[in-house]
Amino acid sequence: MNDKPEKLMDKKGLRLDGRKADELRPVKLEVGVISNADGSAYIEHGKNKILAAVYGPREVHPKHLALQDRTVLKCRYHMAPFSVQERKSPAPSRREIELSKVIRESLEPAVFMEFYPRTMIDVFIEVLQADGGTRCASITAAALALADSGVPMRDLVVACAAGKVEDTVVVDLMDTEDKLGAADVPVALMPNLNAVTLLQMDGKLTQEEFEKAVGMALDGCKQIYAMQKEALKSKYVNVGEQTKEEAEE
Amino acid sequence: MTSVVTRVKKKQISEAMAQEKRMDGRDLNEYRELKIEQGIIERAEGSARVTLGRTEVVVGVKIEMGEPFPDTPNEGVLTVNAELTPIASPEFEAGPPDEMSIELARIVDRGIRESKAINTEKMVIEAGKKVFVVFVDIYVLNHDGNLIDASAFAAMSALLNTKMANYEVKDGEVQIKPGYEQLPIQNHPITITVAKIGDKLVVDPILEEEEVMDARISMAIDDDQNICAIQKGGNSYFKPEEILEAAKIAETKAKEMRKKLNW
Repeated sequence: MNDKPEKLMDKKGLRLDGRKADELRPVKLEVGVISNADGSAYIEHGKNKILAAVYGPREVHPKHLALQDRTVLKCRYHMAPFSVQERKSPAPSRREIELSKVIRESLEPAVFMEFYPRTMIDVFIEVLQADGGTRCASITAAALALADSGVPMRDLVVACAAGKVEDTVVVDLMDTEDKLGAADVPVALMPNLNAVTLLQMDGKLTQEEFEKAVGMALDGCKQIYAMQKEALKSKYVNVGEQTKEEAEE
Repeated sequence: MTSVVTRVKKKQISEAMAQEKRMDGRDLNEYRELKIEQGIIERAEGSARVTLGRTEVVVGVKIEMGEPFPDTPNEGVLTVNAELTPIASPEFEAGPPDEMSIELARIVDRGIRESKAINTEKMVIEAGKKVFVVFVDIYVLNHDGNLIDASAFAAMSALLNTKMANYEVKDGEVQIKPGYEQLPIQNHPITITVAKIGDKLVVDPILEEEEVMDARISMAIDDDQNICAIQKGGNSYFKPEEILEAAKIAETKAKEMRKKLNW
Protein backbone atom coordinates (compact mmCIF):
# COMPACT_ATOMS: atom_id res chain seq x y z
CA MET A 1 0.00 0.00 0.00
CA ASN A 2 2.97 2.28 0.49
CA ASP A 3 4.46 1.70 -2.94
CA LYS A 4 4.19 4.73 -5.13
CA PRO A 5 2.96 3.74 -8.57
CA GLU A 6 4.97 5.09 -11.47
CA LYS A 7 1.96 6.18 -13.45
CA LEU A 8 -1.54 7.04 -12.34
CA MET A 9 -2.94 6.29 -15.76
CA ASP A 10 -1.95 3.70 -18.37
CA LYS A 11 -1.68 4.07 -22.14
CA LYS A 12 -5.31 3.12 -22.64
CA GLY A 13 -6.39 5.92 -20.31
CA LEU A 14 -7.32 3.52 -17.53
CA ARG A 15 -6.63 4.45 -13.92
CA LEU A 16 -4.85 2.46 -11.17
CA ASP A 17 -8.02 0.59 -10.28
CA GLY A 18 -9.00 0.10 -13.91
CA ARG A 19 -11.56 2.89 -14.04
CA LYS A 20 -12.08 5.20 -16.98
CA ALA A 21 -11.66 8.95 -16.46
CA ASP A 22 -15.39 9.53 -16.02
CA GLU A 23 -16.15 6.41 -14.00
CA LEU A 24 -17.16 6.46 -10.34
CA ARG A 25 -16.03 3.94 -7.76
CA PRO A 26 -18.76 1.53 -6.62
CA VAL A 27 -21.08 3.17 -4.09
CA LYS A 28 -23.23 1.37 -1.55
CA LEU A 29 -25.71 3.24 0.61
CA GLU A 30 -27.85 2.16 3.50
CA VAL A 31 -30.34 4.22 5.48
CA GLY A 32 -31.29 3.66 9.13
CA VAL A 33 -28.28 1.80 10.49
CA ILE A 34 -28.01 3.20 14.03
CA SER A 35 -31.09 2.35 16.03
CA ASN A 36 -30.49 4.98 18.73
CA ALA A 37 -30.17 7.87 16.31
CA ASP A 38 -33.08 9.92 14.96
CA GLY A 39 -31.65 9.41 11.51
CA SER A 40 -28.63 7.57 10.18
CA ALA A 41 -26.92 6.31 7.06
CA TYR A 42 -23.90 4.29 6.01
CA ILE A 43 -21.88 4.75 2.87
CA GLU A 44 -19.26 2.64 1.18
CA HIS A 45 -17.69 4.67 -1.55
CA GLY A 46 -14.79 2.72 -2.99
CA LYS A 47 -12.88 1.70 0.13
CA ASN A 48 -14.34 4.56 2.17
CA LYS A 49 -16.60 3.31 4.94
CA ILE A 50 -18.45 6.09 6.71
CA LEU A 51 -21.32 6.32 9.21
CA ALA A 52 -23.47 9.40 9.70
CA ALA A 53 -26.01 9.87 12.49
CA VAL A 54 -28.40 12.71 13.29
CA TYR A 55 -29.72 13.55 16.74
CA GLY A 56 -32.36 16.23 17.08
CA PRO A 57 -33.92 18.69 16.88
CA ARG A 58 -33.16 18.61 20.59
CA GLU A 59 -32.27 20.96 23.43
CA VAL A 60 -29.38 23.28 22.70
CA HIS A 61 -26.19 22.53 24.55
CA PRO A 62 -24.58 24.77 25.72
CA LYS A 63 -27.71 26.88 26.04
CA HIS A 64 -26.23 30.23 25.04
CA LEU A 65 -25.75 28.96 21.50
CA ALA A 66 -29.51 28.87 20.94
CA LEU A 67 -30.90 31.01 18.13
CA GLN A 68 -34.30 32.64 18.42
CA ASP A 69 -35.27 32.32 14.77
CA ARG A 70 -33.81 28.98 13.67
CA THR A 71 -32.16 25.79 14.74
CA VAL A 72 -28.44 25.39 15.27
CA LEU A 73 -26.91 22.78 13.00
CA LYS A 74 -23.81 21.23 14.48
CA CYS A 75 -21.56 18.95 12.58
CA ARG A 76 -18.67 16.77 13.68
CA TYR A 77 -16.54 15.04 11.07
CA HIS A 78 -14.23 12.59 12.76
CA MET A 79 -11.82 9.94 11.59
CA ALA A 80 -11.32 6.75 13.53
CA PRO A 81 -7.70 6.17 14.61
CA PHE A 82 -7.63 2.97 12.52
CA SER A 83 -9.16 4.54 9.40
CA VAL A 84 -5.84 5.39 7.77
CA GLN A 85 -2.47 3.72 7.21
CA GLU A 86 -0.67 5.48 10.10
CA ARG A 87 -2.75 5.59 13.29
CA LYS A 88 -4.50 8.94 13.57
CA SER A 89 -4.77 10.49 17.01
CA PRO A 90 -8.44 10.53 18.03
CA ALA A 91 -8.21 14.20 19.06
CA PRO A 92 -9.78 16.41 16.36
CA SER A 93 -7.12 17.74 14.00
CA ARG A 94 -7.21 21.15 12.31
CA ARG A 95 -8.21 19.37 9.11
CA GLU A 96 -11.17 17.72 10.85
CA ILE A 97 -12.28 21.03 12.35
CA GLU A 98 -12.18 22.70 8.92
CA LEU A 99 -14.01 19.80 7.29
CA SER A 100 -16.68 19.83 10.00
CA LYS A 101 -17.28 23.49 9.13
CA VAL A 102 -17.47 23.08 5.36
CA ILE A 103 -19.64 19.95 5.65
CA ARG A 104 -22.03 21.83 7.94
CA GLU A 105 -22.16 24.70 5.45
CA SER A 106 -22.87 22.22 2.67
CA LEU A 107 -25.87 20.74 4.54
CA GLU A 108 -27.37 23.92 6.02
CA PRO A 109 -28.87 25.27 2.78
CA ALA A 110 -30.92 22.07 2.42
CA VAL A 111 -32.51 22.14 5.88
CA PHE A 112 -35.50 24.30 6.78
CA MET A 113 -33.58 25.75 9.71
CA GLU A 114 -36.35 28.24 10.59
CA PHE A 115 -38.79 25.41 11.44
CA TYR A 116 -37.06 24.61 14.73
CA PRO A 117 -36.04 27.78 16.60
CA ARG A 118 -34.20 27.35 19.94
CA THR A 119 -33.15 23.80 19.12
CA MET A 120 -30.05 22.05 17.91
CA ILE A 121 -29.54 19.36 15.33
CA ASP A 122 -26.37 17.29 15.68
CA VAL A 123 -24.82 15.58 12.70
CA PHE A 124 -22.09 13.12 13.64
CA ILE A 125 -19.87 11.62 10.99
CA GLU A 126 -17.43 8.81 11.74
CA VAL A 127 -14.98 7.77 9.06
CA LEU A 128 -14.23 4.11 9.76
CA GLN A 129 -12.00 3.69 6.75
CA ALA A 130 -10.65 6.40 4.45
CA ASP A 131 -9.64 6.14 0.82
CA GLY A 132 -9.76 9.63 -0.63
CA GLY A 133 -12.91 11.71 -1.00
CA THR A 134 -14.10 11.22 2.57
CA ARG A 135 -15.62 14.69 2.80
CA CYS A 136 -17.78 14.00 -0.26
CA ALA A 137 -18.87 10.57 0.91
CA SER A 138 -19.57 12.06 4.36
CA ILE A 139 -21.87 14.70 2.88
CA THR A 140 -23.73 12.09 0.81
CA ALA A 141 -24.28 9.98 3.94
CA ALA A 142 -25.06 12.90 6.27
CA ALA A 143 -27.76 14.24 3.91
CA LEU A 144 -29.37 10.80 3.90
CA ALA A 145 -29.19 10.66 7.70
CA LEU A 146 -30.88 14.08 7.90
CA ALA A 147 -33.61 12.94 5.51
CA ASP A 148 -34.00 9.73 7.55
CA SER A 149 -34.42 11.80 10.73
CA GLY A 150 -37.50 13.44 9.21
CA VAL A 151 -36.21 17.02 9.33
CA PRO A 152 -37.96 18.90 6.51
CA MET A 153 -35.52 19.53 3.67
CA ARG A 154 -35.54 21.57 0.48
CA ASP A 155 -33.47 18.97 -1.33
CA LEU A 156 -30.97 16.23 -0.67
CA VAL A 157 -27.27 17.07 -0.78
CA VAL A 158 -24.89 14.85 -2.68
CA ALA A 159 -21.16 15.25 -3.18
CA CYS A 160 -18.49 14.03 -5.52
CA ALA A 161 -14.99 15.17 -6.43
CA ALA A 162 -13.19 15.59 -9.70
CA GLY A 163 -9.56 16.38 -10.30
CA LYS A 164 -6.56 15.93 -12.48
CA VAL A 165 -4.19 12.98 -12.71
CA GLU A 166 -1.37 12.84 -15.27
CA ASP A 167 -2.85 15.36 -17.73
CA THR A 168 -6.41 14.17 -17.61
CA VAL A 169 -9.40 15.54 -15.77
CA VAL A 170 -11.02 12.61 -13.92
CA VAL A 171 -13.93 12.08 -11.57
CA ASP A 172 -13.94 10.65 -8.02
CA LEU A 173 -10.27 10.47 -7.00
CA MET A 174 -9.17 7.71 -4.69
CA ASP A 175 -6.48 8.25 -2.06
CA THR A 176 -3.40 7.62 -4.26
CA GLU A 177 -4.77 9.83 -7.03
CA ASP A 178 -5.59 12.55 -4.53
CA LYS A 179 -2.09 12.46 -2.99
CA LEU A 180 -0.06 12.12 -6.20
CA GLY A 181 -2.42 13.77 -8.66
CA ALA A 182 -2.32 17.37 -9.83
CA ALA A 183 -5.57 18.67 -8.39
CA ASP A 184 -8.68 17.73 -6.40
CA VAL A 185 -12.02 19.57 -6.60
CA PRO A 186 -14.70 18.33 -4.19
CA VAL A 187 -18.21 19.59 -5.02
CA ALA A 188 -21.53 19.20 -3.17
CA LEU A 189 -24.81 19.73 -4.96
CA MET A 190 -28.49 20.12 -4.15
CA PRO A 191 -29.56 18.32 -7.32
CA ASN A 192 -33.11 19.63 -7.74
CA LEU A 193 -32.20 23.23 -7.00
CA ASN A 194 -29.01 22.93 -9.07
CA ALA A 195 -27.18 24.67 -6.23
CA VAL A 196 -23.56 24.04 -5.24
CA THR A 197 -23.15 24.02 -1.46
CA LEU A 198 -19.53 22.95 -1.16
CA LEU A 199 -16.62 23.75 -3.40
CA GLN A 200 -12.98 23.41 -2.55
CA MET A 201 -9.88 22.87 -4.57
CA ASP A 202 -6.21 22.25 -4.17
CA GLY A 203 -3.63 21.67 -6.86
CA LYS A 204 -3.24 23.49 -10.12
CA LEU A 205 -5.84 23.87 -12.86
CA THR A 206 -6.32 26.25 -15.75
CA GLN A 207 -9.72 27.95 -16.05
CA GLU A 208 -10.72 25.46 -18.78
CA GLU A 209 -9.65 22.45 -16.70
CA PHE A 210 -11.47 23.85 -13.68
CA GLU A 211 -14.66 24.26 -15.69
CA LYS A 212 -14.37 20.70 -16.95
CA ALA A 213 -13.65 19.35 -13.45
CA VAL A 214 -16.71 21.09 -11.99
CA GLY A 215 -18.83 19.66 -14.81
CA MET A 216 -17.55 16.13 -14.21
CA ALA A 217 -18.03 16.40 -10.44
CA LEU A 218 -21.62 17.58 -10.98
CA ASP A 219 -22.27 14.61 -13.29
CA GLY A 220 -20.87 12.32 -10.60
CA CYS A 221 -23.17 13.97 -8.04
CA LYS A 222 -26.19 13.27 -10.22
CA GLN A 223 -25.29 9.59 -10.53
CA ILE A 224 -24.88 9.23 -6.76
CA TYR A 225 -28.12 11.15 -6.21
CA ALA A 226 -30.01 8.38 -8.04
CA MET A 227 -28.51 5.88 -5.58
CA GLN A 228 -29.41 8.11 -2.61
CA LYS A 229 -33.05 8.10 -3.66
CA GLU A 230 -32.99 4.31 -4.05
CA ALA A 231 -31.46 3.93 -0.58
CA LEU A 232 -34.20 6.03 1.00
CA LYS A 233 -36.90 4.17 -0.91
CA SER A 234 -35.56 0.76 0.03
CA LYS A 235 -35.81 1.60 3.72
CA TYR A 236 -39.18 3.27 3.62
CA VAL A 237 -40.81 0.90 1.14
CA ASN A 238 -39.85 -1.92 3.52
CA VAL A 239 -41.21 -0.01 6.48
CA GLY A 240 -44.41 0.54 4.56
CA GLU A 241 -44.77 -3.15 3.77
CA GLN A 242 -44.06 -4.18 7.35
CA THR A 243 -46.74 -1.85 8.64
CA LYS A 244 -49.17 -3.32 6.15
CA GLU A 245 -48.33 -6.87 7.27
CA GLU A 246 -48.71 -5.91 10.91
CA ALA A 247 -52.08 -4.36 10.16
CA GLU A 248 -53.20 -7.55 8.41
CA GLU A 249 -52.15 -9.73 11.36
CA MET B 1 -25.83 38.99 15.25
CA THR B 2 -29.43 39.87 15.96
CA SER B 3 -31.44 38.63 13.07
CA VAL B 4 -33.84 41.57 12.73
CA VAL B 5 -31.01 44.05 12.27
CA THR B 6 -29.36 41.71 9.79
CA ARG B 7 -32.55 41.42 7.76
CA VAL B 8 -33.02 45.20 7.59
CA LYS B 9 -29.38 45.60 6.61
CA LYS B 10 -29.63 42.89 4.02
CA LYS B 11 -32.55 44.65 2.39
CA GLN B 12 -30.63 47.94 2.31
CA ILE B 13 -27.51 46.35 0.90
CA SER B 14 -29.36 44.30 -1.71
CA GLU B 15 -31.41 47.28 -2.85
CA ALA B 16 -28.26 49.31 -3.35
CA MET B 17 -26.69 46.40 -5.19
CA ALA B 18 -29.60 46.10 -7.59
CA GLN B 19 -28.43 49.55 -8.77
CA GLU B 20 -24.83 48.26 -8.87
CA LYS B 21 -23.97 50.33 -5.78
CA ARG B 22 -22.39 49.41 -2.47
CA MET B 23 -22.69 50.89 1.02
CA ASP B 24 -19.26 52.49 0.77
CA GLY B 25 -19.70 53.74 -2.79
CA ARG B 26 -17.49 51.13 -4.47
CA ASP B 27 -18.28 49.28 -7.69
CA LEU B 28 -19.18 45.61 -7.34
CA ASN B 29 -15.76 44.51 -8.56
CA GLU B 30 -13.70 47.19 -6.86
CA TYR B 31 -11.25 46.52 -4.02
CA ARG B 32 -10.77 48.88 -1.12
CA GLU B 33 -7.41 50.61 -0.95
CA LEU B 34 -4.69 48.02 -0.31
CA LYS B 35 -1.59 49.16 1.57
CA ILE B 36 1.38 46.95 2.28
CA GLU B 37 4.31 47.72 4.58
CA GLN B 38 7.08 45.18 4.83
CA GLY B 39 9.69 44.57 7.50
CA ILE B 40 7.77 46.18 10.34
CA ILE B 41 8.87 43.65 12.99
CA GLU B 42 12.66 43.56 13.26
CA ARG B 43 12.71 40.49 15.48
CA ALA B 44 10.89 38.41 12.90
CA GLU B 45 12.71 36.93 9.90
CA GLY B 46 10.00 38.43 7.73
CA SER B 47 6.93 40.57 8.34
CA ALA B 48 4.28 42.72 6.75
CA ARG B 49 1.32 44.86 7.68
CA VAL B 50 -1.58 44.95 5.26
CA THR B 51 -4.53 47.28 5.42
CA LEU B 52 -7.48 46.71 3.17
CA GLY B 53 -9.80 49.61 3.88
CA ARG B 54 -10.31 49.35 7.66
CA THR B 55 -9.25 45.70 7.83
CA GLU B 56 -5.76 45.35 9.23
CA VAL B 57 -3.58 42.24 9.39
CA VAL B 58 0.01 41.74 10.48
CA VAL B 59 1.95 38.65 9.50
CA GLY B 60 5.21 37.64 11.11
CA VAL B 61 7.43 34.90 9.75
CA LYS B 62 9.76 33.00 12.04
CA ILE B 63 12.22 30.39 10.83
CA GLU B 64 13.52 27.57 12.92
CA MET B 65 15.39 24.37 12.26
CA GLY B 66 13.44 21.18 12.63
CA GLU B 67 12.71 17.78 11.23
CA PRO B 68 11.06 17.29 7.85
CA PHE B 69 7.86 15.28 7.52
CA PRO B 70 8.69 11.59 6.96
CA ASP B 71 6.87 11.58 3.57
CA THR B 72 8.75 14.67 2.31
CA PRO B 73 12.35 14.21 3.55
CA ASN B 74 13.70 16.58 0.88
CA GLU B 75 11.49 19.56 1.63
CA GLY B 76 11.35 22.28 4.24
CA VAL B 77 8.21 22.66 6.31
CA LEU B 78 5.54 25.37 6.11
CA THR B 79 3.19 26.05 9.02
CA VAL B 80 0.46 28.67 8.89
CA ASN B 81 -1.47 29.78 11.93
CA ALA B 82 -4.03 32.55 12.41
CA GLU B 83 -4.97 34.48 15.53
CA LEU B 84 -8.19 36.44 15.61
CA THR B 85 -7.03 38.66 18.45
CA PRO B 86 -9.71 40.10 20.75
CA ILE B 87 -8.26 43.52 19.86
CA ALA B 88 -9.69 43.18 16.36
CA SER B 89 -13.43 42.91 16.96
CA PRO B 90 -16.05 42.81 19.72
CA GLU B 91 -16.99 39.38 18.33
CA PHE B 92 -13.55 37.84 18.92
CA GLU B 93 -12.63 36.13 22.17
CA ALA B 94 -9.28 35.07 23.50
CA GLY B 95 -8.74 31.36 23.64
CA PRO B 96 -7.73 28.39 21.54
CA PRO B 97 -8.22 28.80 17.78
CA ASP B 98 -11.85 28.38 16.75
CA GLU B 99 -13.06 27.02 13.43
CA MET B 100 -13.02 30.49 11.83
CA SER B 101 -9.33 31.04 12.53
CA ILE B 102 -8.44 27.45 11.60
CA GLU B 103 -10.26 27.85 8.29
CA LEU B 104 -8.55 31.19 7.64
CA ALA B 105 -5.10 29.73 8.29
CA ARG B 106 -5.79 26.70 6.14
CA ILE B 107 -7.04 28.78 3.19
CA VAL B 108 -3.90 30.94 3.28
CA ASP B 109 -1.77 27.81 3.74
CA ARG B 110 -3.30 26.11 0.69
CA GLY B 111 -2.73 29.16 -1.53
CA ILE B 112 0.98 29.24 -0.62
CA ARG B 113 1.45 25.47 -0.62
CA GLU B 114 -0.43 24.51 -3.77
CA SER B 115 1.11 27.30 -5.87
CA LYS B 116 4.52 26.13 -4.59
CA ALA B 117 5.24 29.73 -3.65
CA ILE B 118 8.20 28.69 -1.51
CA ASN B 119 10.87 26.48 -3.05
CA THR B 120 10.92 24.13 -0.10
CA GLU B 121 13.59 21.95 -1.67
CA LYS B 122 16.07 24.75 -1.08
CA MET B 123 15.31 24.67 2.64
CA VAL B 124 16.92 21.32 3.34
CA ILE B 125 20.01 21.25 5.54
CA GLU B 126 20.35 17.47 5.77
CA ALA B 127 17.85 15.37 3.83
CA GLY B 128 15.45 13.51 6.08
CA LYS B 129 17.00 14.98 9.24
CA LYS B 130 17.22 18.74 9.34
CA VAL B 131 15.31 21.36 7.38
CA PHE B 132 14.16 24.93 7.83
CA VAL B 133 10.64 25.28 9.20
CA VAL B 134 8.77 28.41 8.17
CA PHE B 135 6.15 29.62 10.64
CA VAL B 136 3.70 32.08 9.15
CA ASP B 137 1.65 33.68 11.92
CA ILE B 138 -1.32 35.75 10.86
CA TYR B 139 -2.40 38.37 13.38
CA VAL B 140 -5.71 40.04 12.69
CA LEU B 141 -5.68 43.50 14.28
CA ASN B 142 -8.90 45.04 12.96
CA HIS B 143 -11.76 43.14 11.37
CA ASP B 144 -13.76 44.94 8.73
CA GLY B 145 -14.36 42.06 6.38
CA ASN B 146 -12.39 40.00 3.86
CA LEU B 147 -9.83 38.69 6.30
CA ILE B 148 -8.98 35.96 3.80
CA ASP B 149 -7.62 38.21 1.05
CA ALA B 150 -5.97 40.61 3.49
CA SER B 151 -4.25 37.70 5.28
CA ALA B 152 -3.14 36.09 2.02
CA PHE B 153 -1.64 39.40 0.81
CA ALA B 154 0.04 39.90 4.17
CA ALA B 155 1.43 36.35 4.28
CA MET B 156 2.92 36.60 0.79
CA SER B 157 4.31 40.08 1.47
CA ALA B 158 5.93 38.83 4.67
CA LEU B 159 7.42 35.79 2.91
CA LEU B 160 8.85 38.03 0.18
CA ASN B 161 10.49 39.97 2.98
CA THR B 162 11.84 36.89 4.78
CA LYS B 163 15.52 36.22 5.33
CA MET B 164 17.04 32.88 6.24
CA ALA B 165 20.19 32.46 8.29
CA ASN B 166 23.38 31.54 6.47
CA TYR B 167 24.83 28.32 7.72
CA GLU B 168 27.43 25.70 7.07
CA VAL B 169 27.61 22.08 8.16
CA LYS B 170 30.89 21.17 9.88
CA ASP B 171 31.40 17.61 11.18
CA GLY B 172 27.66 17.05 11.13
CA GLU B 173 27.06 20.19 13.20
CA VAL B 174 25.12 23.14 11.81
CA GLN B 175 26.91 26.42 12.33
CA ILE B 176 25.31 29.77 11.71
CA LYS B 177 27.39 32.15 9.64
CA PRO B 178 26.98 35.90 9.51
CA GLY B 179 24.74 37.34 6.83
CA TYR B 180 21.37 36.31 5.48
CA GLU B 181 19.86 34.75 2.45
CA GLN B 182 16.48 35.55 0.93
CA LEU B 183 13.80 32.87 1.45
CA PRO B 184 13.50 31.17 -1.97
CA ILE B 185 10.18 32.38 -3.40
CA GLN B 186 9.20 31.10 -6.83
CA ASN B 187 5.50 31.90 -7.13
CA HIS B 188 3.19 34.67 -5.95
CA PRO B 189 -0.36 33.44 -5.35
CA ILE B 190 -3.07 36.08 -5.07
CA THR B 191 -6.29 35.17 -3.29
CA ILE B 192 -9.50 36.81 -4.45
CA THR B 193 -12.71 36.40 -2.47
CA VAL B 194 -16.06 36.87 -4.20
CA ALA B 195 -19.16 37.24 -2.04
CA LYS B 196 -22.66 36.41 -3.20
CA ILE B 197 -25.33 38.78 -1.93
CA GLY B 198 -28.74 38.07 -3.40
CA ASP B 199 -28.01 37.42 -7.06
CA LYS B 200 -24.97 39.73 -7.21
CA LEU B 201 -21.33 38.81 -6.96
CA VAL B 202 -18.98 41.34 -5.36
CA VAL B 203 -15.29 41.36 -4.49
CA ASP B 204 -13.68 42.34 -1.20
CA PRO B 205 -16.77 42.38 1.06
CA ILE B 206 -16.70 44.66 4.11
CA LEU B 207 -17.91 43.26 7.44
CA GLU B 208 -21.47 44.60 6.96
CA GLU B 209 -21.65 42.80 3.63
CA GLU B 210 -20.21 39.60 5.10
CA GLU B 211 -22.90 39.62 7.78
CA VAL B 212 -25.64 39.53 5.17
CA MET B 213 -23.93 37.59 2.36
CA ASP B 214 -25.32 34.25 1.24
CA ALA B 215 -21.94 32.68 0.62
CA ARG B 216 -18.42 33.42 -0.45
CA ILE B 217 -15.84 31.79 -2.65
CA SER B 218 -12.10 32.37 -2.39
CA MET B 219 -9.73 31.47 -5.19
CA ALA B 220 -5.93 31.58 -5.17
CA ILE B 221 -4.48 32.42 -8.58
CA ASP B 222 -0.80 31.77 -9.32
CA ASP B 223 1.76 33.53 -11.56
CA ASP B 224 0.54 31.65 -14.65
CA GLN B 225 -3.12 32.43 -14.00
CA ASN B 226 -3.84 28.87 -12.84
CA ILE B 227 -6.32 28.36 -10.04
CA CYS B 228 -4.44 26.63 -7.22
CA ALA B 229 -6.83 26.68 -4.27
CA ILE B 230 -10.53 27.28 -3.71
CA GLN B 231 -12.73 27.49 -0.65
CA LYS B 232 -16.44 28.09 -0.58
CA GLY B 233 -17.81 29.34 2.73
CA GLY B 234 -21.08 30.59 4.15
CA ASN B 235 -24.37 28.85 4.77
CA SER B 236 -25.93 29.21 1.34
CA TYR B 237 -25.09 28.10 -2.19
CA PHE B 238 -23.74 29.09 -5.60
CA LYS B 239 -25.33 28.19 -8.92
CA PRO B 240 -22.82 26.38 -11.16
CA GLU B 241 -22.78 29.35 -13.57
CA GLU B 242 -22.05 31.71 -10.66
CA ILE B 243 -19.00 29.63 -9.80
CA LEU B 244 -17.62 30.01 -13.30
CA GLU B 245 -18.38 33.73 -13.20
CA ALA B 246 -16.56 34.00 -9.86
CA ALA B 247 -13.58 32.20 -11.40
CA LYS B 248 -13.49 34.76 -14.21
CA ILE B 249 -13.73 37.63 -11.73
CA ALA B 250 -10.90 36.11 -9.67
CA GLU B 251 -8.76 35.72 -12.77
CA THR B 252 -9.25 39.35 -13.84
CA LYS B 253 -8.81 40.82 -10.37
CA ALA B 254 -5.70 38.74 -9.67
CA LYS B 255 -4.14 39.96 -12.91
CA GLU B 256 -4.94 43.55 -11.99
CA MET B 257 -3.53 43.17 -8.46
CA ARG B 258 -0.41 41.40 -9.72
CA LYS B 259 0.32 44.32 -11.99
CA LYS B 260 -0.23 46.83 -9.19
CA LEU B 261 1.94 44.93 -6.72
CA ASN B 262 4.55 44.08 -9.29
CA TRP B 263 4.56 40.42 -8.13
